[in-house]
Amino acid sequence: MTQVSLPQSVGTDPLDFETKGVGAAEGGGRFWSGRTRYLLGAVSIVMCLVMLTPIVLSVAASLKTTQEAAAVPPTYFPSELSQDNYRKLWDYGSGLPRYLANSVITAALTIAMTLILTVPAGYGLARFPIPGKEVIFVFLLLALIIPYQALLTPVFLMFSTLGLTNSLFGLAIVHTMIQLPFSLYIMRNAFEAVPRELEEAALVDGASSWQVLRRVFMPNMVPAVITVTLFAFVMSWNEFLGALVMLTRDTSLTLPLVLAATRSVTSLGSTDWGMLQAGVTVAIIPCVLVYLLLQRYYVSGLLTGAVK
Amino acid sequence: MTNRSKLTGFWYVLPALAFVVTFTAWPFVQMVWISLNDWSLITPPTFVGLQNYLDAFADSQFWVSLRFTLKYTLYLTPILMIGGYLVALLVTPNSGLSRFTRTVVFIPVVIGLGASSLLWYWLFSPNYGLVNKFLIDLGIIDTPILWLGVDAELSLWAVIASITWKVLGFGMILFVAAIQAVPHEINEAAMVDGAGFWQRVRKVTLPLTRRTILLVTLVSVIGSLLAFDQFYIMTAGQPRNLTATSVFYVFLNSFPYLKLGYGAALSMLLALIILGFTVIQMILTRRADT
Repeated sequence: MTQVSLPQSVGTDPLDFETKGVGAAEGGGRFWSGRTRYLLGAVSIVMCLVMLTPIVLSVAASLKTTQEAAAVPPTYFPSELSQDNYRKLWDYGSGLPRYLANSVITAALTIAMTLILTVPAGYGLARFPIPGKEVIFVFLLLALIIPYQALLTPVFLMFSTLGLTNSLFGLAIVHTMIQLPFSLYIMRNAFEAVPRELEEAALVDGASSWQVLRRVFMPNMVPAVITVTLFAFVMSWNEFLGALVMLTRDTSLTLPLVLAATRSVTSLGSTDWGMLQAGVTVAIIPCVLVYLLLQRYYVSGLLTGAVK
Repeated sequence: MTNRSKLTGFWYVLPALAFVVTFTAWPFVQMVWISLNDWSLITPPTFVGLQNYLDAFADSQFWVSLRFTLKYTLYLTPILMIGGYLVALLVTPNSGLSRFTRTVVFIPVVIGLGASSLLWYWLFSPNYGLVNKFLIDLGIIDTPILWLGVDAELSLWAVIASITWKVLGFGMILFVAAIQAVPHEINEAAMVDGAGFWQRVRKVTLPLTRRTILLVTLVSVIGSLLAFDQFYIMTAGQPRNLTATSVFYVFLNSFPYLKLGYGAALSMLLALIILGFTVIQMILTRRADT
């Protein structure tokens, strides 16, 4: 577990480094000169179009009427806008509100458990002399080495005896298990980055370690808490295999499972493409919004978390 | 250091430690034990030693799945690495358009693999999908291509296309950070020596970002070896389980077939393969550091 040193970010964008990279030397203050610049600009725009097109087409398909969504050959964009697909999705199975609530509850429980476990653990590992600290840290990162996909059978058996299958709490435990190593790593790094003087001043005043955590550290932990929350949310909201194994009762399904189920279940025995894309749109929107709003935390989390 | 005894720190770590023992370490121990038993949930387990492992080696579907998973990994990883690196070179300078492109290319990374697989399942659908529609409109094909679940090779490439779209931005972001961390002076010195852009990429940028390249390779390789969602949703393992990945085969045995002992043995083999790649990566990273 060696660490690579990343340059210090100067702005709010974690990728706004002072060094400008290999293209920067090409022409003084500008990165590239003349025709090359326009060419690269055009390539960038094409790149953006390629990445955005599938999402735009999916959203467009979700707004088609039922007939148009089932048309052969298909249309690229709806000729008239309709809420048909969203209405059908709303009433699908146990109802979209139920599935959305299941996904939100699972994500919330995952976030809560992840924070409750990793904030104190990060504090302990970064700020206290614990015998065998490195061994404990590596042990806590165990899930990085053993893929959770391989552990689902014994976890499923354990959960059936505990009555935690078909339970959102049970699924949240699986999600916490997946998310723990990354979160712990982010937390430990964040605690290590706080200057010792702040802590010592509080200790001289006779504060307990718990008070130091709450008053001195927590205000400095806000970015790390946001990062951990963000990644836990996105993972839990999207996680598929664990949910597929743990949840079978229709009323407890999370959104990704419902989407996969809508693929093959319709009145005519074929796929309801319009409703499927409405579901995809509903599943995508929260993740994209959260990413666009908290992009800075997302990227910095990725850079700290992945570079271990 | 009066109120900071060795025990205080330990108490803070204890909850996380207890969680990992209960939900990661203990299941792992159980899995080892289950893998040594013949167990189908309805009947009680009987100890069979290494029989499940021997069965796996003699099971043609085990090899089909493993070979398919390795093939998928072998095709996908270079595409993600080279593609991600080229895009990173394109968007490394901090102009407005570069920042925008970075944001856009990264969007598919944050959406779920399940959602993106369903999106591409639709795009690749023979009659209702827009990929065939687009190719027919361009006059490239006359009749719809059956992309998914009919021909294993074609299905593989359709899934690779969707995954490239989905995760290209992951490598890109890490590469951009690494390329930006290359000291400006080294690039300038190379320019003074008359090195062109691609020469500088080859002689300066690539060697100085090799640690990140190794890291992204490992993440891509492990991610590909554990592929499940995209195949479960897009091909359902069809045709004839030829596109069922290793995780897919573990899932089939453990859950629909309820062959718990055999599924656990397959899991162990998979975990060992992943561990092997992690160890190789660690050794390579150490070497890259020195």
